[in-house]
Amino acid sequence: MSRPRSRAAILPGLWLAILFAFPFLLVLRLSLSDTALAIPPYAPQIDWSRGLDGLKAFFAALDFEMYRRLGSDRLYFDAFISSLQFAAMGTVLALLVGYPMAYGMARCRPGTRNILLMLVILPFWTSFLIRVYAWVGILKPQGLLNAFLGLLHIPPVDLLYTPAAVQIGLVYSYLPFMVLPLYAALERLDQTLLEAAADLGSPPWKSFWQVTWPLSIPGVIAGCLLCFIPMVGEFVIPDLLGGPGSLMIGRSIWMEFFANRNWPFASAVAIVLLVTLIAPILLYQRQQAKALEAGR
Amino acid sequence: MTGLTRRWTVGVLGAAALALGACGGGDKEPTLRIYNWSDYIDPALLEEFTKETGIKVVYDTFDSNEVLETKVLTGGTGYDIVAPSNHNVPRYITAKAIAPLDFTKLPGRKNLWPDLMQRMEPFDPGGKYTVPYMWGTMGIGYNTAEIAKRLPGVTVDSWDVVFKPENLAKLKDCGVYFLDASEDMYAVTLNYLGKDPNSLNVADYEAATNLLVSLRPHITKIHSSEYINALANGDACIAIGYSGDILQAATRAEEAKNGVEISYVIPKEGSQVWFDVFAIPVDAPNKDAAYKFLDFMLRPAVIARASNYTEYANANLPATPLVDEELRTNANVYPTPEVFSRLFVTTTKEQTLLEQVNRLWTRVMTGR
Repeated sequence: MSRPRSRAAILPGLWLAILFAFPFLLVLRLSLSDTALAIPPYAPQIDWSRGLDGLKAFFAALDFEMYRRLGSDRLYFDAFISSLQFAAMGTVLALLVGYPMAYGMARCRPGTRNILLMLVILPFWTSFLIRVYAWVGILKPQGLLNAFLGLLHIPPVDLLYTPAAVQIGLVYSYLPFMVLPLYAALERLDQTLLEAAADLGSPPWKSFWQVTWPLSIPGVIAGCLLCFIPMVGEFVIPDLLGGPGSLMIGRSIWMEFFANRNWPFASAVAIVLLVTLIAPILLYQRQQAKALEAGR
Repeated sequence: MTGLTRRWTVGVLGAAALALGACGGGDKEPTLRIYNWSDYIDPALLEEFTKETGIKVVYDTFDSNEVLETKVLTGGTGYDIVAPSNHNVPRYITAKAIAPLDFTKLPGRKNLWPDLMQRMEPFDPGGKYTVPYMWGTMGIGYNTAEIAKRLPGVTVDSWDVVFKPENLAKLKDCGVYFLDASEDMYAVTLNYLGKDPNSLNVADYEAATNLLVSLRPHITKIHSSEYINALANGDACIAIGYSGDILQAATRAEEAKNGVEISYVIPKEGSQVWFDVFAIPVDAPNKDAAYKFLDFMLRPAVIARASNYTEYANANLPATPLVDEELRTNANVYPTPEVFSRLFVTTTKEQTLLEQVNRLWTRVMTGR
């Protein structure tokens, strides 16, 4: 039994090695390098012509200088905390908006359900970039939103280039990633359980809270992780919709990489980001595994 | 010389252009690949070049020096001609990313304007690596009526208008825009403070930072390209920006007939002159075609038409009389010799200083 299973694991393993482990090692190596004015703009390079000596010299020249610098300036810590705040807030808002959406979809007739599902996926057919640009058009001072408010005789709001605009952009862009796993969890929900609860005299809100919600928890967690993780590292949204006040780590990385031409430092920031994001996921998985074992 | 934000559209368009280019490419047909600023050449000139030489042109665009430099320094871009701005050029030279030019293949170099070539000395001595394409200045764009209302009797001819906090405070309510370009902003601020705009001393940049931070409460927005529209539609009454952008804002306001009149001034304390130059990457696949194109662009009649299209001045002396009269008599495009003598040029900063300067700029931007 174990043989075909291990063979089936080769492909995902290979996939992970080529598309995750290898690039990760490249970035890690870069984060231990120093900047140089050359092509490519960092040192040391491995001198393959010198064989093993070249390799030894290469490893000897790697150091933790960039990480030391990272720790010495509060800016990066601040940017990091601010990114986590944006992402946490964005995830909560996406959940608040996404849950009723998914719930409503799951309760529709199968035909309608598929149409609604299509509508959720539809925005993916246009470029992400263009959709974020559309928000510039909506939020700018003479944009659609203020034109609409003007019709209702409400004074205009100045949202573009504020943290609020970033938050709106985040929730809008990642909402489908919240809705889809929630929908998958809610759609599978056994309706007879709710009927049984009603038969036993449970009011609808109580049935929701004691039956639907606990059963949808896996979807909630999947949706939150799918939203939170990319939101932390998001670059395009704060760059296009945010002002100088919306400090985010994705922008810091851009700044280091392009404006300062410091590839090693940008890599160090990326590595720290990755490590801090992986930790909670691993913790969660271990918790799940434990719970599963305890359940047996 | 403009914004960071527009690079995204350009990236998308560039990728599309590259994809189209890749599809249409025959095998043997000689091809020239150019990587230039967006909306920066008359397409008719490229067609003419192809007709004359039989060389197909693949033309891609970028909108930030940072993106260009990162690509070129990664190597293997496949481009035959790239167009960096002056302050980045020494870095390309040190990194051996661009090839020294073979002057024998560029007989048209004799047309280059000696006064301007002298301004290129700090970043490319002798013009050994680059051929200037267009050049312009940094200055102040302002809404004539709004400024007259708030600063009565004041002629806008000095950096005092934007760099004196008491002046700027009076303009706050009508919109003040500064450029989000650390090196350019520090160059003019240092010059205003009577310091070397290419200073190597961090203390000078700290002094400039203190001034900029003290102005920060009166600045509406720090952004690289938004000021064009803001000036044109009346959201901004004063902005530090690039000559071409502000002239564009003036044209847009005129076209919109919204009663906004925008003027541009090169302040009397002097300002920065910048160059966008053509260079050949060391690993350019078709250097011959690159030389042919550079020499083509050195012809007075050709570069004059390029200027008419971009509305920027070129560096070709015999081309000046061929440029549209409206453009060549505009002192903001072709400054008088007296104004020209007060223009300075910036060059590359060493890595540590660059990082310190950008860190200080972050403090101006975010207060942290």
